[in-house]
This record gives sequence, structure tokens and C-alpha cells, in this order.
Amino acid sequence: MAASPSISIAIVGSGGAGALTTGNSLLEAACAAGWYGLLTRTLGPQIRGGEAAALLRLAVNPVEGLPDQFDLLIGIDWLNAHRFGSEIKAGPGTLVISDPRGGDQPPMVTQSGARVFEIPMKEMAKTIPDGRPNMIALGIAGRLLDLTIEQVFAPIEKLLADKGPAAIEASHAGIKIGFGAAAGADFGTPLASPNPSSARRWLLSGNEATALGAIRGGVRFAAAYPITPATEVLEWLAPSLAKVGGVLLQAEDELAAINMIIGSSFGGTPALTATSGPGLSLMIEALGLATSAEIPVVVVDVMRGGPSTGIPTKSEQADLNIAVYGLHGDAPHLVLAPQSVGDCMFTTQWATYLAETLQSPAIVLSDQFMGQTRAAIERPADVAFIGARTVATDIAGAYERYALAANGVSPMAIPGTRGGQYTADGLTHSQRGIPTSGAADHLAQLDKRRDKLDHFNYGDHWAAIEGAGELAVLTWGSLTSAAREAIARATKDGIDVRLVAPRLLLPTQPERLAKAFYGVKRILVIEQTHGGQFHRYLRAHYDLPAPVRVFNRPGPLPITAGEIYRAITEWR
Amino acid sequence: MSKTAGNPKISNLNDLLAVAYQVEIDAVDRYNVLADQMETHNNPELVKVFRDLARAEGIHGEEIRRLAGDFDVAAHARDIAKFGRADSPEEADLGAAHYLMTPWHALQLSLAGEERALAYFTSIVETAKDPKVKALAAELVEEEAEHVSLVHRLLRRYPKPDDSWADDLDPPVSQE
Amino acid sequence: MSTVDTQRAYKQADYKSDIKPIWCPGCGDYHVLMSFTRAFAQLGLPPEQIAVISGIGCSSRIPAYTNCYGFHGVHGRSLALAAGLKVTRPDLTVVVASGDGDGYSIGGNHFLHACRRNVDMTYVVMDNHIYGMTKGQPSPTTEPEFDTALSPGGTKVRPFHPLVVALASGANFIARCFSGEPNETAAVLVEAIKHPGFSFVEILSPCVTFRPDEKAWKDLVHPAPVAATTDPGKAARRIMTDDGFNIGILYRGNRTPFQPAVGAINIDLSELEKDFEL
Repeated sequence: MAASPSISIAIVGSGGAGALTTGNSLLEAACAAGWYGLLTRTLGPQIRGGEAAALLRLAVNPVEGLPDQFDLLIGIDWLNAHRFGSEIKAGPGTLVISDPRGGDQPPMVTQSGARVFEIPMKEMAKTIPDGRPNMIALGIAGRLLDLTIEQVFAPIEKLLADKGPAAIEASHAGIKIGFGAAAGADFGTPLASPNPSSARRWLLSGNEATALGAIRGGVRFAAAYPITPATEVLEWLAPSLAKVGGVLLQAEDELAAINMIIGSSFGGTPALTATSGPGLSLMIEALGLATSAEIPVVVVDVMRGGPSTGIPTKSEQADLNIAVYGLHGDAPHLVLAPQSVGDCMFTTQWATYLAETLQSPAIVLSDQFMGQTRAAIERPADVAFIGARTVATDIAGAYERYALAANGVSPMAIPGTRGGQYTADGLTHSQRGIPTSGAADHLAQLDKRRDKLDHFNYGDHWAAIEGAGELAVLTWGSLTSAAREAIARATKDGIDVRLVAPRLLLPTQPERLAKAFYGVKRILVIEQTHGGQFHRYLRAHYDLPAPVRVFNRPGPLPITAGEIYRAITEWR
Repeated sequence: MSKTAGNPKISNLNDLLAVAYQVEIDAVDRYNVLADQMETHNNPELVKVFRDLARAEGIHGEEIRRLAGDFDVAAHARDIAKFGRADSPEEADLGAAHYLMTPWHALQLSLAGEERALAYFTSIVETAKDPKVKALAAELVEEEAEHVSLVHRLLRRYPKPDDSWADDLDPPVSQE
Repeated sequence: MSTVDTQRAYKQADYKSDIKPIWCPGCGDYHVLMSFTRAFAQLGLPPEQIAVISGIGCSSRIPAYTNCYGFHGVHGRSLALAAGLKVTRPDLTVVVASGDGDGYSIGGNHFLHACRRNVDMTYVVMDNHIYGMTKGQPSPTTEPEFDTALSPGGTKVRPFHPLVVALASGANFIARCFSGEPNETAAVLVEAIKHPGFSFVEILSPCVTFRPDEKAWKDLVHPAPVAATTDPGKAARRIMTDDGFNIGILYRGNRTPFQPAVGAINIDLSELEKDFEL
């Protein structure tokens, strides 16, 4: 039978069943064998022991989105699994592995037409000392994917390295049993073999990539206040910054965190913090200060469901408004948005470079989906964007911190530089940095801060613009990958579509977007918001020279490639 | 602090009936709280164990209520059945619960509760002046001793789990 | 606080909602919930006369588990919410619930000013020396050598002394409790609620998931050796030198609670125009 380029698997379990560990081990085993893939998860409200599902996609080529339907669904148990009904879709093509003693199968199984193959994982686990049903499940999944037993063992051996030989032995035995039990199951479509390749690859989450990008861009100080789903950025930075001679300080709250990084930057050390919507709201005042005083900082917002406390563990794109418009007064600044797990590294690095070069705060709009998804990617190329601040040295005469310059960027005196003493201020100031209420100075500095951003040449990184066609799909952030996949499918069907996904949201790039629309007769906007924030932003700042349709939906469910593909085909 | 400081003052038979009743009712509530916890945390085997224990304590409570006849033990208990610092004697220790706990663990909690109740009623036999109170307390001691034996018998059915019973490879989840 | 309703005796169960907590089994907060409902029952307050205000964190989930009015606010701002409520509705009994992260970190500034302002309310902080909800970062009361992902090797920063800060800032009642002694805790809460002004009750409440070492707390806590003092100087000495496990009411002040006069005054609004008249 024909092999498929991609297979998706959901592993469901509760109360200590270890579904997430199983999914993660499977991802690691498959990636070590040469496949690409991703892992995300969905959870109940408990802190431990809750119902959980690991959602995986394995593929021959890099993938970054979830499918409309799962090919394999393994239920270690079904307790409260019905809660995942809208997120885990099965159909007649799905194989469901079910433990007859795992509780009632949920409607997402019984009403889907899926084939059910029963394997008593719990009972089988009891035949081994210290046996666990999830190891049986791992063995089953490995066998169905045509992995070898050694390939499946490897990540488990690493995981249990400090738990002792008994634990490893028990897992081996469980995986072996699972392998045997799966022999009777008919999976149907196998996953096509991986491409033999010597490309260097990484397996990491968007949050980890963000943190690495920060360090590569030159960040050497981070202030941290934990918040879901951003905490992992900071937890990765803590030891990593120390390794490069930098420092992470835990702040008492986000107000302290943003002010700490401004202080660090004022002293010459590039600085970053990471937060989510509620934290960004708290940081807004100080971001205005950094804008006015022209102090570079990077604030990563790993967006989650809003508004207010919202849905902390799910993704949404509704912080666009506050990132772009949140500062009081006229306060142009940088807003960027990564487009994939790997792009989290590039965009954070680039944001650091831009912030330092343009002496402006930069907000990086990541999201929970990218931040907490683990994906296998090709190792990104090294890029030369390392923050290079224009620094004032050898200062003679009266130093003018905010001197008007051709490119709008005034050399900044770093404390310790003789002759460069000045007082940074949020008050409107003159070129010398003295507070003023005068009209000329206010206008001059407003023009300077706007023009330094507007006149900078951001190059082609400002947006991903791919393909050509009468229909343009306009989207951003984590939806870019799903849109790409949808467009690939549409192209196979003879529908030519252009993808336009800005990576730089502020300052706007009207001329470049206008070029991107040459030949475009229909514009399909895709975004994960309730209020159509991206659409309204586009209308406010850009000409949209063709009829526009908007497909917007708030979280918590991701917008899939399949849904985008349908939106494309429905508009001819 | 002395062992009996903070225990309710028992001056007569009605006082003892009320306190004994409250001890059972507190145990019922406690087992139901634990059963609810197990239900929320997907441990159905323990839901059944705790509901069974709650039911058993409820029966004991009913027996005491019947012994009291027309006297309103529940109302009187609200007035006088206040234990000092800690939980009332038969209440299972909430701090010892765990989302992966096994029936063996639940029965250990139950056993500890029964033993505490046994010690408590024994102390009343030793210190009571009123012969009626002494007599009823002695009966309660015998009851509790039977409960202790019963739990020991039940424990023989459930072996002590090995050291890895609380191992959960999945990490905790941050919900906010 | 409000007058006790003697018409109807409330049972503990009257103060519990039917929403099942998501706290991990073994969490000290289950006992704290019990202490709350026991205290409310002992006070005989109608559930609708009580407002439980909280911030964000495991402890802050408590309002929904009670049958009182509740507000699950944003991180660290519960005291501000509570002040606005109590000053305009002095008839309500206001209880504020927080944790060591929500209350002493992001909430630290509001803590100072709430003690200073001395509005009549009771502030309960469930202290487990860790950020539980976000998976185990150090809190202001975490020991300096406690290793976490965000502070490898420990913070090396001295922990916060909430009771000392409360005393210095003007709190009118200061107590420390242990969740594993729910009856004692309930009794202290009753006193705290009855005591006028800002009452601060810190409850040591172990986190079974991120601080299993805190099982040892039940053997470390001990009743305070002396009765509560009304002398702030004496209280300062005792609180500054205690071992952090001293249980009981430690200070009772006699400051007058802050409560501006509120209530409708019906004047003719044209009275207010007199200043503008030419």
C-alpha cells in the first residue's frame, strides 16, 4: 500500500498514566531514526494526575502544524478523555488502540467510525515487576511505525538513566510486550521512510529556540517573573546566561522585571524578559519609558488565550492590539512575530539586533503553540545579526544624548564614559536630554523616534512572501506553517496562492506590502482572534487593493492546514 | 501540650453520645472529601475504597444515633464536640493523600484513624466518673477494636506497593 | 465585623460550594478550606455576607470552593480589590486569600500599604515556600539554598519575613498557623475576623508536589510559648527571633480601623453649584 508522508498519533491517559512521556519518547525515537515531527499536548485542569493527551505528528519533511484527523489513537485509559473531543478527531481511517479495562470509550471514538483494536495494556503491565501500561503503549506505537525495538528503547534508557537498572529493565520488558501485541493490529498506511540526510537537525521547543536566539543576538541579562506559557524561556536562560557570563535575576513581579531590563540596558548590557498577555499589560508603562528614553530592550510575549487570566495553557493571537497600540502617547516601537518553532530563534535574535541598532524596545509576539511545541527542524543557518549599539565614545564638548542624526539614531553614552553623563528620562526632552515642554523639541524628538524606525532598511526578513497567484493568504505567527501546508495542497490541485506573512508588524511596510499584492485579486486573511485584530490592523495601516475575506476564530483550538485549505478552495 | 487538652469535656452520657456521633460524622465527611479528590484526579479504584469507608462510618454513626433515642445528638455535637488543635480522632490525615495512592495507603489511613479513636475512647474509660459514661465508653472501645481488626483483615488483601508507586514520568502541569 | 446572625445556626457544609478543588491530594490547602468553613460556621455569618477575595496561584483558587461571594482577581492585587470593596461596603466580612508568591512577591507592595491603611479585613496567606502553580520557582519565603530551574543552586537571597513586615507596616493582628491543625487554625481565624482592623494570618500549608520535604513541617511546628502581646516592641523582638514555626496569635494591636463614613446623604445637588455662580 502507498506510504504516507505524514502520520499523526494521539496518546491519551490520566492519573499518572504517563501519556506525555510516551509521546515525547516516541517523538525522540522517530526523530533519531531520521524523521521530522512535532509534539504538543492537551490537558485537564489538574496539576498532577489529570487527563492528558500527547499529540504527535511524524513526517518525512519538517512539519509544524497538526492535522484535521489522527491516524492512530492510543487510549492508555479513557478517563475524562471526552473532554478532548473537539481537539482529537478520529474517522474511519483511524486505528484506535483501546484497553478494554480503560473505561468507556468516549464519543470521539465510538461515533467516529474508527477501527478499534483492543489490547489489555494494564493487565499486560501487571505481568512485569514494576510494569507500566504506558511502556506497553510505547511499544505498540513503535511497532506500528516500523521502528526497531532498539530505536524505541533509546530515549527511555536516557530518561531512566538515574532511576536504576530495575526501572530500565521493566520498561524494556513493557516495550517488548507492546511490540508483540501490536503485531495483530492492522495500521493501514505506513509512514514513508525518512530521507537519508546529513543535514544537522535539532529537536527543541519554540521557547527554547527563543532563549537561544536571545543569547545569539547578544542578550546578557534577563529578568524573570514566571508565567505560563513563557516560563521555559526564562528557565532555559538561567543556566545558559551564566555560561556566557550573563545573569538572570528573578523579579518580584513584571513591573520589576521590565524596569530591571531597562536598567541593565541603560548600563550597556543588552537585556530581555519573557512573559505572556497579563505580564505584558503590566509592562506597558515602562515600555513607554524605554521608547521615550530610547533604551533598547526585548520583551517576548508568548501569547495565550485572553482576555485577562484567560486560558493560560492554550494559544491565541489576540495580543496584537496591545503590542501595537498599548503604549500611551505616540510611541512608535518594534513589534515582531516568529512564524515557527525554528523561527523563534531567528526572530528573537533579529529583534535583539534591531532593538540595539535602533535603540528601541522590541516586542516579540510568540505564542503558546510555538512556545510549548517540540519540533524537529533543520539546524538554522547562523546569521550575523548581533546587537550593535551605536555608542558614544571620545566625547568632546557638551554631549547631546538625543542629537538629531541622519538615520535618527543618536550615539548612546554608556555609564562610565567620561564626558557622556546624561539623565535618561521619560519626560519629553531636548537633544541634550533636558526636560522640556517646548513645541519644537517635542516635535523634533517625535519625528526622530518615528523616522529612525521608518527609514531603516529591514530587508527581506520583514515578511515571508512565497508563491504567486490571484489569491493571497495573509496571516502571521504560528498560522504561517499551517497556511504554507494548505497552499501546498491547493497548488497540487491547480490553485495558485501567494503567501504573505509579515514577521515585522511594526513599523509597517506599506510599499513592500503593496508590491506583494501585485496581481492579487482576492485577499484571504487568517487569524486566531475573536475580534479580527489582524484584519483591522491591516485596514488601518495598509491599502488592501482587492476584495477581502477574513477567517478568524479565537483559541483554544488551533486553525489547521485543512481548514485553511477549505477556505482557499471555497473562494474561487 | 497534654494529650487530652483541647478534647471535648464529657460530663454525662448525652455528651459522650454526641461526641461519639461527631467522631463518626467527621470520618464520613473526611472519606468523602478524599473520594472527591480521587475522582478529580482519575483514581477510580480509590474512589470506591473511600466511598466504602465513608459508608461504613455512616453506619456506625447511625447506630449511635439510634442508641441516643429521642435525644438530638447532632445538635448537641455542634455545641460540644470540638477537638483542640488537630482533626477529630477518626478523620483520615488529608496531608497523607496522594493522587497515585493505592488501597493499601487508604487502609493505612483508616487504620490510623481507628487506632486514634480506640485510644481516645480508652482515655474516656480511664478518666470518666459517671458509671454510665464509663460503660458506654467501654462499649465504644470494643467497637473500635473490632474496626481495627477489620482493617487489619482488609490489609491482608492488599499488599504494600513497591517503592515506585508514586513514580509518574509526566511532569506537573502549570495551569496559570 | 458584621453582627452574628443568631436566628439560624450555620453548618460547615453551608459554606462549601459543590465545585471540586483541583489541588493535588495531600495539599495543605484542603485543610485550610476546612478551617475557613469551620471558622465561618463558628462565627455564624450568613454565607452571602462574606466575600473571599484572591489573586492568582493554587491558594487563590479557594473562593470558588466556598459558597460565599468571591473574586478571583489578577496576580498580586487581591488586597487592593478587597480595600475597594470593604471601604464602600463595611457591612460585609472580607477575607482575602493569597499565597507566598502572589502575596509577598508581586503583592508585596500592596501588602505594605494594606497593613498601613488598616482597613478591617482578614488576610490569609497560604505559605508553601514555593511558586506551585507555575511549577516550582522560588518564592520570597523559599530557603536561599533551595535548588530550582530558575535559580540553579538556590537564590542565595535571604527569605522575606512576612510577619515582621506586617508588624512594621501597621497590621493590627498577626498570627501564624499550620494547615495540619485545622481546628486551631479555625479558632485563630475566628479571632482574626473578630479583631478590628487589618488581621494577618500566615498559614504554613505544605505543597505535596513541589516541596515533599515539607511533610516534615508537622514535626517542626510548635505552639507559641507565650500569649499574644499588645506591645509592638515585644512583638517585634519575638517575631524577629522566632524559628518560623511558632504557631499561634503573636500580636494584637489596638489601632482604630480605617473606615471613612459612607452612606447616602441626600442633599439638593444645586447646593454644589453655588461655587460657580457669578
